[in-house]
Amino acid sequence: MKDRGNSAEMGKPKKWQDVPMGGIAFGSSAEAVETGQWRSMRPVWDGEKCISCLLCWNQCPDRSILTDGNGKVTGIDTFYCKGCGICAHICPKKAIEMRPESEFTGPGAGAKGE
Amino acid sequence: MAIRIKDFTEKESPLTNGHRMCPGCGAPTAVHQGLMGVESPVVVVNATGCLEVSTTVYPFSSWRVPWIHTAFENAGAGVSGVEAAYVALKKRGKIDKEIKFVAFGGDGGTYDIGLQSLSGALERGQDFTYICYNNGGYMNTGAQRSSATPKGANATTSPAGTASAGKPQKPKDLTAIVEAHHIPYVAQTTLFNATDVAEKVKRAVETPGPAFVNILVPCVLFWGIDPSLQQDICKLAADTRFWPVYEVVDGVWKLTYKPKKRVPIEEFLKPQARFRHLFKGDGSKAMLEEIQADVDADWQVILDRCGETWEV
Amino acid sequence: MPRREITSGNWAFAEAMRQINPDVVAAYPITPSTDIPMKFADFVANGKVDTNFVTVESEHSAITASITASAAGARVMTASSANGVALMHEIFPIAGCFRTPIVFGLVNRCIGAPINIHCDHSDSMAERDAGWIHLYCEDAQEAYDTAILAIRLAEHKDVLSPVFVCQDGFITSHGFEPVEILEDSTVKAFVGERDADFPLLDVDNPVTYGSFAMSEYYFEIKRQQVEAMKNVLKVYDGVAKDYEAVSGRFYPKLDRYRTEDADFIVVVMSSASGVVKDVVDELREQGIKAGCLRVRMFRPFPADEVAEILAGAKAVAVLDRALSIGGTAPLAAEIKSALYDCGKNIPVQSCVYGLGGRDFFPQYARELFMDLAAGKVSREERYLGLLE
Repeated sequence: MKDRGNSAEMGKPKKWQDVPMGGIAFGSSAEAVETGQWRSMRPVWDGEKCISCLLCWNQCPDRSILTDGNGKVTGIDTFYCKGCGICAHICPKKAIEMRPESEFTGPGAGAKGE
Repeated sequence: MAIRIKDFTEKESPLTNGHRMCPGCGAPTAVHQGLMGVESPVVVVNATGCLEVSTTVYPFSSWRVPWIHTAFENAGAGVSGVEAAYVALKKRGKIDKEIKFVAFGGDGGTYDIGLQSLSGALERGQDFTYICYNNGGYMNTGAQRSSATPKGANATTSPAGTASAGKPQKPKDLTAIVEAHHIPYVAQTTLFNATDVAEKVKRAVETPGPAFVNILVPCVLFWGIDPSLQQDICKLAADTRFWPVYEVVDGVWKLTYKPKKRVPIEEFLKPQARFRHLFKGDGSKAMLEEIQADVDADWQVILDRCGETWEV
Repeated sequence: MPRREITSGNWAFAEAMRQINPDVVAAYPITPSTDIPMKFADFVANGKVDTNFVTVESEHSAITASITASAAGARVMTASSANGVALMHEIFPIAGCFRTPIVFGLVNRCIGAPINIHCDHSDSMAERDAGWIHLYCEDAQEAYDTAILAIRLAEHKDVLSPVFVCQDGFITSHGFEPVEILEDSTVKAFVGERDADFPLLDVDNPVTYGSFAMSEYYFEIKRQQVEAMKNVLKVYDGVAKDYEAVSGRFYPKLDRYRTEDADFIVVVMSSASGVVKDVVDELREQGIKAGCLRVRMFRPFPADEVAEILAGAKAVAVLDRALSIGGTAPLAAEIKSALYDCGKNIPVQSCVYGLGGRDFFPQYARELFMDLAAGKVSREERYLGLLE
């Protein structure tokens, strides 16, 4: 499980003294931001069809293609994925399909799962 | 210099997840790909613009590396300052690491308001790489025209209307202006294949002295394309020769991508809503012809510079 | 042993820079501060310093490079004047916010138009809200001493703010006078080494400077800068005493000249103070209890101390070498505000003098004191030396 950042813990400061000097931000604090909430379409990855060519990994603006330690694709990082569809479009093996996010979250979701 | 993508899947990008760039935006892809092959630690200087604002919404910073933004028109001077500090402190024995310096600016902060600052930094011969992520407009403020905006584009300060076919001027050839500073490495590329951006930026960063890479990237919202077409539209930019892909190493021009067929400029323009007006009615035919003529003429100039011929 | 030499304000400042030997100097020429980078370039070319001297292509780039170098962890100094300072205006607040302790030789010259190379304070006054410390020097000795003192003040952990060391263009910057120069080793020991808190070059602990801060955070970040300025008022005297220990010279925030029992006080900054002080002595001989308050620290403005000093006066005149067109001149505004806050309803005559290098003669000061003595004080701004 990735460390989701540290400046995130600052939350809303209670007083001005709590804000770090100079408006400086620390660490990779954006890792706490769940950009996955932006999605209206979700990429669904088919491990059987995938050949780990890594074209999707390389083109993803949000580095949301998950890999193991050996360059093999293992799935999509839905915490961050914004659903742009580049991965599905670029895949030479049609191993990724864009499905409406509503199939996975919200009322009536859970039918298909990740 | 060949980059193997597989070698980098476990390497952490200087740009983290959780940034607020639009879905499908070309700029973060360019940052990920560009910095992928760089081995040394880097310090990033960023001009005001989409990349700067959307990656550092306080207190959430998407930068895993030291990063500084001051203003819009001064990334050149900004990177000069950091590099100068490094050189001074290294000479005085206070730093022993090898660190590289990379400046990012959009076409706004590079072609226009930031041109002087860039020129000064290039002229001084300091050791840094300046990467322009060029989406052809002041996108962060709503797609106003820049000098990089293509001719005929509908931009919010050069809109298409009954009395105008969009931006009347063709884009400025900034890469050539930079090259005229006679720096050791200059390149023009785009996200058209998996490795060109990574290879060129790696080479730029590893070249001592000033280096410049001009990367054409799409803006999903204001080019008016489907976000999934990021690579496709860049490939069309290269294939229609709207955006020649080349590098200049110590003054020697080298064309690094030669399209195999003659693809008319319309193929690049049609998928983009910002050129929609050029495909309605007769009035725009003249503009389309002009755009094609510009592309052909500019392509010939590049061929001549690179000592190439193009028989298709 | 310190040595005495006949030198100018610019060269004295440059000499202080040589002795400080900063890590980086990024500077651009503009009259009348040009001598500072030129003299310094000479030091660089002859190995008298090993500073990384960056010949930037504009003042905007000079201040930008200074800030990023300082944020990177380097000790940085630079200099400019007039329209060059104005060109830097966009960037000054960034130095204030990032808490970069830059020491800046601001050689006061009027801002155009009309274009004019001579002295007034319109350049520095336009930057009074930028979050920088402002120190105004009366002469070359003070400019030299203040440059060195400013390094310690700027880098003080409770301050961490950039400093303008101001001197009058041409009058001080190009005027030659005897200046005592400390030994190189004394200065080196006094300034020590910079210990930067969040340097960019510490790649193992990456920091982000210059985030996009929305309304939930902006105000608080600014409030911290206000606190840093308040801390200056607390720590300054300590730093000045440390400087006195090595130089024998103490520079207070406010230079009181015969103000203790004065009935009529003229408040003034920089070189014109000398003229006023001379006239004070003259008038004292004639039995008139005149006094001169030279404000050396303009930002932060030591309002409480000022009010205390002026409390016993019957009337006060303030000499501003800058206008605030359509409003109250800057120093007068501070003085009136300080007095009002302390409930002192002393008549204050706001005067503007010396714009564009217009000379300030002793007779203007004499007439002014006589008017104060005769109760001729109004809320109308007066112009000393103007053709009218």
